[in-house]
Amino acid sequence: MSTHGVGASVLRKEDDRYLRGRGEFVGDIQLAGTRHVAFLRSPVAHGYLRNASIPNECRQQVFVADDLAAVAPIRAHSTLPGFKSSDQPVLASGKVRHVGELIAMCVADTRAEAEDIVDAIGVEIEELPVLSDMLAAREAGAPLVHEEWGDNVFLTTDFEQDLDPIIARAAASVTRTIRTARQSMSPLEGRGVLARWDSRLEQLVVYTSTQQPHIVRTGLSECLGIEHARIRVVAPDVGGGFGYKGILLPEEICLAWAAIKLGHPLKWLEDRRENLIASSNCREHHYTITVYGDANGKLLAIDAEATVDAGAYSSYPFSACLEAAQVVSILPGVYDLEGYRCRTYAVATNKPPILPYRGVARCGVCTALELMVDALARELAIEPTEVRFQSLIGPEQMPFNNITSKHFDSGDYPESLRQVIDTIDLDSIRSRQQRGEADGRRIGIGFAMYTEQGAHGTTVYANWGIPMVPGHEQCTARLTPDGGLELRIGAHSHGQGLETTLAQVAHEVLGIPLEQTRLIHGDTAITPYSTGTWGSRSMVMSGGAVACACDELARRVLRIGANLLQCPVEAVRLKDGAVQGAAGSIQLAEISRTWYLKPQELDTEADPAGLEVTAGYKPERDSGTFSYATHAAVIAVDPLTGEIELLDYVIAEDGGVLVNPMIVDGQILGGLAQGIGTALFEEMVYSTDGQPQASTLSEYLLPGPTEVPDAQIIHLETPSPYTRFGVKGIGEGGCIAPPAAITNAINDALRAIGVELSVLPVTPRRIVEAVAAASDSSLGKVTT
Amino acid sequence: MKPVDFDYEQAKSVDEAITLLTQSADALILAGGQTLGPMLNLRLVQPELLVDITRIDELVRVEASTTHVTIGACVSHAAVEDRRIADLGHDFLARVAGGIGYRAVRNRGTLGGSVANADPAADWVSCFAALDAEILVSGQSGQRIVKIDDFLVGAMETTIGTGELINGIRMPRLGASVRCGYAKISRKPGEFADAIAAIVHDPDRGCCRVVVGATDGLPLLLDNDALGLGPAVALPAVLDPGPVRDHLAWHMPVPDLYRLNVQCAVLQRALADAHAFPS
Repeated sequence: MSTHGVGASVLRKEDDRYLRGRGEFVGDIQLAGTRHVAFLRSPVAHGYLRNASIPNECRQQVFVADDLAAVAPIRAHSTLPGFKSSDQPVLASGKVRHVGELIAMCVADTRAEAEDIVDAIGVEIEELPVLSDMLAAREAGAPLVHEEWGDNVFLTTDFEQDLDPIIARAAASVTRTIRTARQSMSPLEGRGVLARWDSRLEQLVVYTSTQQPHIVRTGLSECLGIEHARIRVVAPDVGGGFGYKGILLPEEICLAWAAIKLGHPLKWLEDRRENLIASSNCREHHYTITVYGDANGKLLAIDAEATVDAGAYSSYPFSACLEAAQVVSILPGVYDLEGYRCRTYAVATNKPPILPYRGVARCGVCTALELMVDALARELAIEPTEVRFQSLIGPEQMPFNNITSKHFDSGDYPESLRQVIDTIDLDSIRSRQQRGEADGRRIGIGFAMYTEQGAHGTTVYANWGIPMVPGHEQCTARLTPDGGLELRIGAHSHGQGLETTLAQVAHEVLGIPLEQTRLIHGDTAITPYSTGTWGSRSMVMSGGAVACACDELARRVLRIGANLLQCPVEAVRLKDGAVQGAAGSIQLAEISRTWYLKPQELDTEADPAGLEVTAGYKPERDSGTFSYATHAAVIAVDPLTGEIELLDYVIAEDGGVLVNPMIVDGQILGGLAQGIGTALFEEMVYSTDGQPQASTLSEYLLPGPTEVPDAQIIHLETPSPYTRFGVKGIGEGGCIAPPAAITNAINDALRAIGVELSVLPVTPRRIVEAVAAASDSSLGKVTT
Repeated sequence: MKPVDFDYEQAKSVDEAITLLTQSADALILAGGQTLGPMLNLRLVQPELLVDITRIDELVRVEASTTHVTIGACVSHAAVEDRRIADLGHDFLARVAGGIGYRAVRNRGTLGGSVANADPAADWVSCFAALDAEILVSGQSGQRIVKIDDFLVGAMETTIGTGELINGIRMPRLGASVRCGYAKISRKPGEFADAIAAIVHDPDRGCCRVVVGATDGLPLLLDNDALGLGPAVALPAVLDPGPVRDHLAWHMPVPDLYRLNVQCAVLQRALADAHAFPS
């Protein structure tokens, strides 16, 4: 391993500007003449828009659906059979379908004055019955979010198998209902848009806090009816994405349209209230699930029905189906099953449209299945880890095509479980439980395992048939006349550390010092097209593209170097940033300078292609890399107050070859914090009339530094057989397993008093109520 | 969210502040802004005028006599936490102050602002109730002194009138054998409390006040007789859970198992806190 190439835990290049407050986010960009936008948003969840009264004195500063009649609605279709499309008007027309939906755009010199205009507009809405619960929305005769559908189901997905022969052999079965809460993704920086019309270039320039600048450009082109060449999208520094910024926003379209119409720049910055009331948009799953096991604890079959609350519209580009449809394909988890049956529903409700949050679908799936593994173990009175050892896919089976045809590329799942058991010291926890706690609390330990499919590509997404299907990822690599290296990628880095890790990849190939390599990203004018950063794909895809582009640069540099050294190309090699031959060596900087500024020193037959390369990359298989991990939590719970303390947390993950293990640790710990939020804190409650019950962070609780334990991370390394350097995507994994591990630990702690929780987040109130219900129940086993 | 357009005046004296407050029909006092700031931004309040009283010297004073300590309304939580003011005894105020919100909140938030806001989950509301503190209220006709029990009338409600402001809080010096305890249960540090208990047991002054806070309304002063408490009896290390539970349940307007459980627990923790601190 080189000290700066693949595998080196070098400090992040980008942190110098972030830590000094020198990043440049949308809110930092000042353009002369900018006016500000505030949106009038629907105060009700469902109703017919009847009338908007706009005071005459501000009529010219207010824009409603009629003004934007030429703008096409947002439409994110899927070709999955039976998928029902929704048209999301950029500004509501006819009907509003969730609280916070945009009704009018108000423009003023300051945001405060724009909000004054919002307050001055009167809007009449004839309220309709509200669908605030996805199960009620599935029922026949329910009010309709989209009348033309006839029901409220975006998509039903099935995996069918006759389970009867397996059920006949099963020694045990357990059935549970499991529910995860609707969450609001909470990046430090909210969304934000600054749009202007460049009259010189006749080009719309949109600065936006996005993970997918090129996809936003395509979406703007489609909705506004403007060719791509006249749109430039810039994603500057972005303060966290997590999927919250993997979307074409109605706000982006509004500001783009108005910037063209009004001729001056317009800025809108989402505030936290808008974030909470208008965009709580993820994670809400409901499962009814039965698992069957043999007497040894081997998991035989799963029979499940899952419902996902997809909200009112299908978001562009990921659509309303991605989460529910993925549930079917990934619910079997890390286990080798004989039988599987699953049906999922993506249901429309009067809530904000669902977006894929970090660990898309996997967080809910892992929670459902791993809670069931522990429930089966309790039923059989064996260690939950024993069920896992009995049921895991073994290393000797790799690569393994599972029951839903997922192709698990590599790994040793049982080994990650063994290492976690040893590190957390399961035996000592069991002894401690036997001794009891002096303070009356109860100790519990819980495990959870998952795989994280990353960088899944064309064949996978072609099946979903959503508006974008990723193909080859590209990088443009350019040597500058002073020997520096510019890397241009279409993906975006907003916390992942790509400015560092992609420089490490280039260093691995070319030997150029990291400080002489610059990553250029987030600007459609100067980077290759890309679907952006999502799905744990950038290290695999952009990393592969950087390596391919650098490979070609290396070949060209060697030819020029050989030319200058007057020897055949076979007689030179690239080492330590120089072309070396028998007769001497030439630094890359000298080769660059010669190519650009002193070409007279090269023979006439020198390669004309130069020192700028665009190369594309795809792994040998595009079915995805499969990182995996085992998480284990030790908790103490107070049965009287429901208070929970995380005493210990251990993670053993395998992300293949890690380009920068320190950055991977950061990704895992950040994910863990989000997973703790899912497990214990985050819940957007909706009233029956569809009103979000939190509008500030004092009602929507997020974990803070005091709630996140100092986790121990163990790295296993099974290189991917299909990717450059053997890397695997690891960006999402940290948040997938904590809800299951922590809930399993709580259930382990409370097992002796007959309490089992299966509704997330596991709040003190839920614990207290479950404890009371268990003590009242003659059965002694209660699911809340 | 941005506030509505409003005027801002920085008062130099209590009299000037009172004059400003009476001149505008929709004036609000800025005494730290840790609640008012968010309320302004959310437009939950839409004042014409904000009167900033934090630069008035009189309101950041601390007067210590042999029997009382009076703390100006605009003394910050952080000043108390950092022990920059006289101790009542048992280091009580500093121990409470250190647990209020986050340090950034404590730097700007003030004692007077907190008690004027009268949020049941605010630490000082329960703490002052246990201390039997007096609120000094300044108005056009001079100063009146109101006992905390009379000052608070409900959640977010006090007897403070138009054109009045809190001048300071007067608290008794505690006796040599005092025991003070304070505990709260909240979802995470810095969050609003789900339950609070504050205890001042001061035999020298014939005082025993045990308060449960973070209720839906006023802090609940427990009935000493019903629970076998009082200045003449030693403060117990634990309370018999049964009677305490019944007592708290009796005073709970709407039955709520979780609230009842955390109130019971927090009371025992405040007792433990009172005994943990060296007397």
